[in-house]
Amino acid sequence: MKEHHLILRVVTKSLVGTIILFAFYVQFHGDFSPGGGFQAGVIMAVAFILYGIVFGLHEVQRVLPAWVVHKLVALGVLVYAGTGIWNMFLGYEFLHYGSFTPDHMSHGQHSGILYVEAGVGITVTGVMVAIYYAFAGRTPRLGNDDW
Amino acid sequence: MATASETPHIALTLRDHLPILQVLVPLCTAPLIVLLGDRRIAWGLAFLAAVLSLVVSFLLLMQVMDGSFISYHLGGWAPPIGIEYRIDAANAFVLLLISLTATLVLPFALRSVADEIPARSHTLFYACFTLVLTGLLGVVATGDAFNVFVFLEISSLATYVLVSQGLYRDKRALSAAYDYLIMGTIGATFFVIGIGFLYMTTGTLNMADMAERLVGQGDNRTVQAAFAFIVVGMGLKVAIYPLHLWLPAAYNYAPSAVTVFLAATSTKAAMYVLLRFMFSVFQPEFVFDTNLLLWILAPFALLAMFAASLIAVFQTNFKRMLAYSSIAQIGYMLLGISLFSVTGLSATMVHLFNHGITKAALFMAVGALVLRSGNTFYDRIEGMGRVMPLTGAAVVLGGLSLIGVPGTAGFISKWVLVQAAFEADLWWVALLIVASSLLAVIYMWRVIEVLYLHTPHPEAIHKEAPLSMVIPMWIAAGACVWFGIDTSLTMGAANTAAIGLMGGTDGMALTPTVGGLLGTGH
Repeated sequence: MKEHHLILRVVTKSLVGTIILFAFYVQFHGDFSPGGGFQAGVIMAVAFILYGIVFGLHEVQRVLPAWVVHKLVALGVLVYAGTGIWNMFLGYEFLHYGSFTPDHMSHGQHSGILYVEAGVGITVTGVMVAIYYAFAGRTPRLGNDDW
Repeated sequence: MATASETPHIALTLRDHLPILQVLVPLCTAPLIVLLGDRRIAWGLAFLAAVLSLVVSFLLLMQVMDGSFISYHLGGWAPPIGIEYRIDAANAFVLLLISLTATLVLPFALRSVADEIPARSHTLFYACFTLVLTGLLGVVATGDAFNVFVFLEISSLATYVLVSQGLYRDKRALSAAYDYLIMGTIGATFFVIGIGFLYMTTGTLNMADMAERLVGQGDNRTVQAAFAFIVVGMGLKVAIYPLHLWLPAAYNYAPSAVTVFLAATSTKAAMYVLLRFMFSVFQPEFVFDTNLLLWILAPFALLAMFAASLIAVFQTNFKRMLAYSSIAQIGYMLLGISLFSVTGLSATMVHLFNHGITKAALFMAVGALVLRSGNTFYDRIEGMGRVMPLTGAAVVLGGLSLIGVPGTAGFISKWVLVQAAFEADLWWVALLIVASSLLAVIYMWRVIEVLYLHTPHPEAIHKEAPLSMVIPMWIAAGACVWFGIDTSLTMGAANTAAIGLMGGTDGMALTPTVGGLLGTGH
């Protein structure tokens, strides 16, 4: 198994890091150029999915176990909602990012969008990888006896 | 969004945040359950979220009982640009029903779920349950048309998962969930197409703003198409008679606790959305004069009352029978709408609530019977009323309320409905309402006969259901009697809601407008 697909394996290994880096670029540059949490999340997931396709489900799950993926899905939502709750504690409406810097509302809007997009990115990464795991790890069809 | 305002910002209090907390509490609980990933904590958190939701919805209802409304601006962006949560008597009443049911179902679910679903799925089960709660509360609380769709999808997707969890008892739960998925998705798609058309015409997604801009657009084909798509889309979710086919299987094969929750809340939330769009976004005059909806809605309502009741009479499974009875009861609510009067709408609103608690009590009894006798086919639950006296009595009480016997909640809603029919000079409709109630007598008597006048099945466990199931069941059954005698809360809220809804656009307006009749001169 190891000796097969040498080129694929080498290229994948060198690409995975770059893809993750690009995901971060899209993530943090989302408010100035096309991009944001959704796109970055998908790109980030692509790194893991590519690794999984070339090296196998077992290998990728050593890096990113399924249970971690499930927690990521939940964590992202909490980061998003948590940002809004933080705004509430600052005395403003839910998700009123301006409350982070009441003296200069637009700065607060900038930081707020970064936080929630981080949440979106985490959840989308998790969901995409979870979908891949679910399909790749599918157990055989139900036999007649199982019904 | 002014920078550095001169006047200092007055911090919002918890009371100001109530509209968002209504949705936010269960929304945060669901991921928290997954993150902590512990079975015991999962149930506790879900229950805590339900109780908090109940408190919030009660406080909200108390604030809007006088006919006023609360508007909450998400992110501080004022409507119509930003998303607005708008609470008035109509939705506060439905919010109360949903959170009340969730609070009752969770203690009941503890034993029922442990019996019907393997332990490894419990964490995700309760996470999905809280998501359904989030979605339903969100659908009802929001004042933004697209937000309705988003929450509708949150609740629906989680519901499909919950229904499919019945597979450990019967594999047909999978196909039931799949049917529901397809039908529900078609419904949601139609709904969002309708919203898209409305957005195209009005350029806004805020429901109040949309209503203002729709004035005078009665002849606009895009608006008419939007209306058709929204009614059919929501009709699928409500299970209006010819669009009900997903319902019996979904209710029948879902785990008992899920059936209780769905029967009492999910079609009710969809019914609320239908009402909101028919009366607040589109003007009632548009709906009833231009589109002749009366002649579509009323016949289907009557058909549902009789056809579904007749099917219920010939069922051999208690749970499935109740599912068909639900379709019939939805007919009563539609009939109330189609009568197009404050009394008719009050009947719809109050029946929404009363039917919710009645079905909650009955389906909880079903859950208790499933726990002791394995399933609810009539030959299996024979005589169980004798060995499970409390459960049996709850079935009797729930059944009386379903029939509409005086002194029960069901009587109140049917009484108001009959009143509305007489007000509209439709005495034969009133007769039909009474006649269809007689069918309810037949199908409920069949169950009671099976439960009491036979010897118990030897393979069933001859023991009363655990207290954690009996107490919620009896709270629901007790509520059937309570709200049949003291109607100040239910009828009060239903009346205020109906007056608000019949006010049409005025009830929703951002700024008070002169109630303009729409497109009558075409």
